Amino acid sequence: MKTIFTGEKDPRLAKSVIGETLTDMLETDPDVIYLDADLMSCIGTLKYAKTHPDRAIECGVAEANMIGVACGLASAGFKPVCHTFGPFASRRCFDQVFLSGAYAKNDITVIGTDPGVTAALNGGTHMPFEDTALYRTIPTATIFDPTDMVQLENVLRQSVDMPGVKYIRIGRKDLPKIYEADTLFEVGKALVVREGKDATVIAAGIMLGEALTAAENLSRLGIEIEVIDPFTVKPLDALTICRSARKTGAVVVAENHSIHGGLYNAVLEVLAAGCPVPAAAVAVEDEFGEVGPQSYLQKRFGLTADHIEEEVKEIIQRKHV
Amino acid sequence: MDLREINDLKILAARIRIAALTAIHSLGSGHVGGSLSIADALAVLYGREMKYDPADPAWPERDKLVVSKGHAGPGVYGTLATLGFFPYEELLTLNKPGTHLPSHCDRNLTPGIDMTTGSLGQGTSLAVGMALGDKLKGRTNRVFLIVGDGESNEGQVWEAFSFAAAKKVSNLVVMLDWNKRQLDGWTKDTLPMGDYVAKFEAFGFDTVKVDGNDAEALSAALEHTRCGGDKPFAIVMDTVKGAGVPEVENMDMNHSIPVSDEQFERWTAELKAQIAEWEA
Ligand SMILES: Cc1ncc(C[n+]2csc(CCOP(=O)(O)OP(=O)(O)O)c2C)c(N)n1
Repeated sequence: MKTIFTGEKDPRLAKSVIGETLTDMLETDPDVIYLDADLMSCIGTLKYAKTHPDRAIECGVAEANMIGVACGLASAGFKPVCHTFGPFASRRCFDQVFLSGAYAKNDITVIGTDPGVTAALNGGTHMPFEDTALYRTIPTATIFDPTDMVQLENVLRQSVDMPGVKYIRIGRKDLPKIYEADTLFEVGKALVVREGKDATVIAAGIMLGEALTAAENLSRLGIEIEVIDPFTVKPLDALTICRSARKTGAVVVAENHSIHGGLYNAVLEVLAAGCPVPAAAVAVEDEFGEVGPQSYLQKRFGLTADHIEEEVKEIIQRKHV
Repeated sequence: MDLREINDLKILAARIRIAALTAIHSLGSGHVGGSLSIADALAVLYGREMKYDPADPAWPERDKLVVSKGHAGPGVYGTLATLGFFPYEELLTLNKPGTHLPSHCDRNLTPGIDMTTGSLGQGTSLAVGMALGDKLKGRTNRVFLIVGDGESNEGQVWEAFSFAAAKKVSNLVVMLDWNKRQLDGWTKDTLPMGDYVAKFEAFGFDTVKVDGNDAEALSAALEHTRCGGDKPFAIVMDTVKGAGVPEVENMDMNHSIPVSDEQFERWTAELKAQIAEWEA
């Protein structure tokens, strides 16, 4: 695996990557079927749906029904992919995903767009800091928190052929370039994106770019952090995490999610059980979202490279006591 | 109703449209279509039908409004600012860091907003509960609920309506904004909902359909809801998404759109010209 991170943004927007990848999947696999809840125009699939109403099904603003129908379609031999905004893809239809999907073993993929602060101007009602937490409680569910466009396309393509419920949380806007085109991603296998010895930073989604920026800044101060992209929050790669924790002796987890129930909790469970070292979170405290531009919200909730640097410096002190 | 009164309501509706556009333009884009389609309903509610006190937005005996299609926040904020619930300049803070005016209605942030909405469907049950609660407390006020037609795709909407009729929540007035469009375009291409009047009647509502962009027709429909009885009321408002600004009405997609300086100047100038005409 080779990374190409320089801080430069990928010129593609995530919404086009989702829309184009989905359309291509629909064209190449007759069993893939796509359902949306009045948000097709938000990922650029509306045009395709107009000419292919049997492949791209408009369900209207009725998310719970969409998930139920998708589960029924799965039992009839389809590989459904459902899309809506993150809060409606998690909280709003949780019981349908849980029972009609996972429990009944109807395999579906759910894309929840604009997780956490990426919901920006849609504000608090649309800003899930708890979607990962909810999906983590569903037995057999797989959760992806992709970090760049190459990875996003790759996990979307893989997900339809995987068993169980798959949840992809992804903003619709830009992301930095991190991986070379054609990089392969193994579900449940975390990537060590940068090697280091002083502390480990495990960063998901939009926070990986922040972590890599923090790594550059810290390196200038003589602090070398190891940066890990778990990309599958569930199942989590305990082996890679523990190996790194043992090597560096301290772990900071960075995620665009609540400190409760998400990647931070998942990592703490791994550390506590297998390789206890001091740990800290760069994540949203026990708070609701609010309205504003994403850059403001990242500062407001501490989801920045600066904050990662502070936590790293702080935890390194704790490591030595 | 005399002509003067009707004209006053038309003027208020135009001022609400200007205020909503002022808020959205200050940001550069927003939910224009769905804010404009309910401007006349807001004008008649606040200009004639509802009892409220801008100086005491929490007055327990007030009539309450739940805008369940919470993305129409700018339309409601435009109304509240025009009526003096908060300073007009605050409209320019829409969606900005620390604002009291988030894109979706929030009862904890904005004076005069009676309920938090934004996750479509949820405002319906909330309004039913508010109305039931007021009734059980022996209050004589009423609760008005504005629901989107796209929003009515949500099953919760119909659960709320079944409940309201079954429990005789007769101090509830549902106003369905039948503007025939939702986010992905026309409702007929998204999830057609059939005959709303027949649906409401079957659910047990005292139902009427009116031109929802006509202040006089709306006033008459709302006046009827004062009649008492034991049924909740439904007003199916036949509206146009983007109503009052022809360029927006005629756009292919007009749910959430950018508003340029030039458009803002032109649209508000048109509305101001209308106001001048009605004032004369
Ligand atoms: C539960 C939920 N699902 C999806 C959305 C995203 N969304 C916001 S507005 C909208 C369309 C609403 O259409 P309608 O109720 O007809 O509103 P109007 O056309 O009057 O603006 C959608 C899908 C949401 N806010 N809540």
